[in-house]
Amino acid sequence: MAVFNIQVNGQDHQVDVDADTPVLWVLRDQLNLVGTKFGCGIAQCGACTIHLGDTAMRSCSLPISNVKDQKITTIEGLSEKGDHVLQKAWIEHDVPQCGYCQAGQIMTAAALLKENKSPSDEEIDTAMHGNLCRCGTYLRIKAAVKTAASM
Amino acid sequence: MTTFKTKYNRRSFLKVSAATSGGMVLGFSWFASCNPTAPAPMKGMPEAWFDINAYLKIGENGLVTIMSPNPEIGQNIKTSMPMIIAEELDVAWRDVIVEQAPLNTDWYTRQVAGGSQSIRHGWESLRMAGATARKMLLEAAAKRWEVEASTLSVADGIIKNAKNETLGYGDVAADAANIEVPEEATLKDPKDFKIIGKSKTNVDLTKIITGQSLFGLDYKREGMEYAVVLRPPAFGQKLVSVDDADAKKVNGVTEVIKFGDKVAVLATSTWAAMKGKKALKAEWKQASVSESTTYHSSEMKAVLAKEPTKVARNNGDVEKAFAEADEVMERTYEAPFLPHNCMEPMNFFAHVTDEKVDMMGPIQTPQWTQSRVAGALGMIDQKSDGPTRQAALAKIKIGMTRMGGGFGRRLYGDFALEAAVISQKSNKPIKVVYTREDDMTAGTYRPASVYKIKAAIKDNQITGYQLNEVCFNGNMYGIIPNFFPAGAIENYQVNNFKIDSNITTGAWRAPYTNFLASAEQGFFDELAEKLGKGAVDLRLELLANADKVHKKADADFGEELKTKEAAFNTAKEALEALQKQDAPDEKILKVFNKSFEDAKEAFKEIEGKINNIKGNYEPNRMIDVMKLVVEKGNWDKEEAGIHKGLSLYYCHNTYVAQIAHLRMIDDKPKVEKITCAVDCGIVINPVAAINLIQGGVIDGVGHSMYSNFSFKDGQPEMQNFDKYRLIRMKEAPKVDVHFVENGIDPTGLGEPTLPPVGAAIANALYKATGKRLYKQPYIGSLNPLG
Repeated sequence: MAVFNIQVNGQDHQVDVDADTPVLWVLRDQLNLVGTKFGCGIAQCGACTIHLGDTAMRSCSLPISNVKDQKITTIEGLSEKGDHVLQKAWIEHDVPQCGYCQAGQIMTAAALLKENKSPSDEEIDTAMHGNLCRCGTYLRIKAAVKTAASM
Repeated sequence: MTTFKTKYNRRSFLKVSAATSGGMVLGFSWFASCNPTAPAPMKGMPEAWFDINAYLKIGENGLVTIMSPNPEIGQNIKTSMPMIIAEELDVAWRDVIVEQAPLNTDWYTRQVAGGSQSIRHGWESLRMAGATARKMLLEAAAKRWEVEASTLSVADGIIKNAKNETLGYGDVAADAANIEVPEEATLKDPKDFKIIGKSKTNVDLTKIITGQSLFGLDYKREGMEYAVVLRPPAFGQKLVSVDDADAKKVNGVTEVIKFGDKVAVLATSTWAAMKGKKALKAEWKQASVSESTTYHSSEMKAVLAKEPTKVARNNGDVEKAFAEADEVMERTYEAPFLPHNCMEPMNFFAHVTDEKVDMMGPIQTPQWTQSRVAGALGMIDQKSDGPTRQAALAKIKIGMTRMGGGFGRRLYGDFALEAAVISQKSNKPIKVVYTREDDMTAGTYRPASVYKIKAAIKDNQITGYQLNEVCFNGNMYGIIPNFFPAGAIENYQVNNFKIDSNITTGAWRAPYTNFLASAEQGFFDELAEKLGKGAVDLRLELLANADKVHKKADADFGEELKTKEAAFNTAKEALEALQKQDAPDEKILKVFNKSFEDAKEAFKEIEGKINNIKGNYEPNRMIDVMKLVVEKGNWDKEEAGIHKGLSLYYCHNTYVAQIAHLRMIDDKPKVEKITCAVDCGIVINPVAAINLIQGGVIDGVGHSMYSNFSFKDGQPEMQNFDKYRLIRMKEAPKVDVHFVENGIDPTGLGEPTLPPVGAAIANALYKATGKRLYKQPYIGSLNPLG
């Protein structure tokens, strides 16, 4: 076990865990931030997507020891009042069905919009390719990303 | 408006509980789903709640809590079922908050998510619950004003009298909670609906998009440990021994528990439990055959040469029709085993103590799971009498979390049983968590299947039809052999061939029909071409036949059916009335019982006779839904570069027609759009209905095109999403949804839009490539195309 100091959603935390513990489980089990989801454990489904700095990362495959002083943002910290443009667009399009993958979808889309203010359909497809949705909400995810980009 | 007698439903859902008793409030509070961080309702939270019936309570400020009884797996019934109650209650939707009800067999019936039946079965009772509550609130107001209730009107939870004075539901809720349940209440005329038919966003939407705790995997209890379980790596294997020394050395691992052929590693964190499991060294032995996909494929074809396990339906003389045919068309279709792959892996919480069993998690069948848990924990066995059984079940509380998908996997509470047993053995509150590999390799798979279909053609007409189904561990159930084209072809036969397998199989979204529809609707496309008929025309012709057969059956036996049904109902009512007496005479009871049984048998006999003549569908509804898709999907119009395929299917009480619009881009097929026409009767929540239809269609595209699953020596060859292919965003076609508007009582949408998709694509691919596809996933057959 080792002690790690990390900053999550603007708050400093100290956690005592094994160095190989993925950030996903630190967030969920230690910090009780359960919005970041476990889907596959091998960075293939995107349910666990967080931001490390400004970059979308799969937290299931990111050991806590690699975080160092990089700031972590999770779905809980994406906006203070749940009013990020993507969250607003998600409501407008009533995107989710079961809802399980949606936090990961939003975090991937948020990283895309930081880089690219008005992505084309193809750019959205490419950016979102790593995020699976078993319910098939892809059409509304894409529509919501476009709505958010226009806000 | 329809008046109904409430007394028939009193037992199941119209229990009145005075607010002072607190019984219901306590029951609901046990599951603290009312999240304090949820956005505050418009009115703010009330100081007191008054229970009106099992489905709803009203605050003194007029806020209404509606309990959603059924499990939520993404089909959105947590929004649409309460909408039905709110409609009849006549309350403003903005004044409603929704809570997930726990399993309660006294208050609710059929708390199941399965078979696309929640809305269909719930429709009447949910409306009655709302209408009865509305009547009680109006009566309470009438008493207050000392007027007749019939002089009052209500809208949006505000009651108005002839003098234009008003009382809110909150003002009279306390009085209403103590009013006797009225003998009769009235349902609204559907043309007066204000909530039903108007889109409402998902009630959990804000929680979902802000990452609040909702799902089973998010659920926590004080002192809870995590359990990750090692199961046999291949089907047919058993545990010989396990060395847990290294596992116990992992930081956070607290203990290792062997149960049956499984080994659970308990730890204070999920990651430690996962690491602990990996560190186990187990020895396995092969206890029964180890099956591979090559074996499955050859065995399915070989078994067709044998006698069928069962003749599921037989009309006319199929043998004769084939012997006299000018030509016979025969095709064989094949599909693989499929895992469900809910995005949220299986998990369940359990805390077993001497006093009670507390369970919480994602489950489609809480009631069935409750009785299985009682068995697994040794609380009951087959010899247990009724009271023992009831006492055991009363100790087991099962709460339902929102589910990260279901698709049939969560019908089987194997993971909940594991949690209960591990908690009992460890004496701890624990949560079982599956890794993705656990989830994909310890599945209850859609069994692989083969459909061999034959049509006899004489004078360019279809004179005979034979469908042979080969499947592992089971075959199509009850009504499926009666689906289209049953009733449309004179000589018609469905045969089932079953092969036993040690691979665990189960229901997977639209069981059996999920591939049967691809096979049959592909076959009809090819058959139409052979007969020189259009795809639409052939279906219209068959449906016209079916309509004639249905009408003749109704003319021949309709009266007899009505008479026997009436006799059955009379005998049933007489028996029930007698049974209600304090001490019914045994001899009379025997006589009444006998006449009830006789009447039942006579009714079932004539019903069965008609069912074996007619198909289990209404031909005109099939025609209407096909006509709608033909119009909306521009079936008759040539569009440059677009290849269209048609499919039409009825299952789960809902009618669906689809046109796939496909384009070849660099010799690769791209499904650009699926036009989907649906007849599900009244649409409760249009936005949610469209979402569910789009999802079902995209799921159908994904699994028929891309998803493959295979076994080698009993072991799944795909264990995670690196090898198992699910559809991704760029492959998802547009889905253009249209509803048939007919005002018929609503039916479900969870499953019926998926089955027709495969054939719509295969039929479009044929037009694009000239190649018929008989094996799913289609991508395997398309590879040579690039």
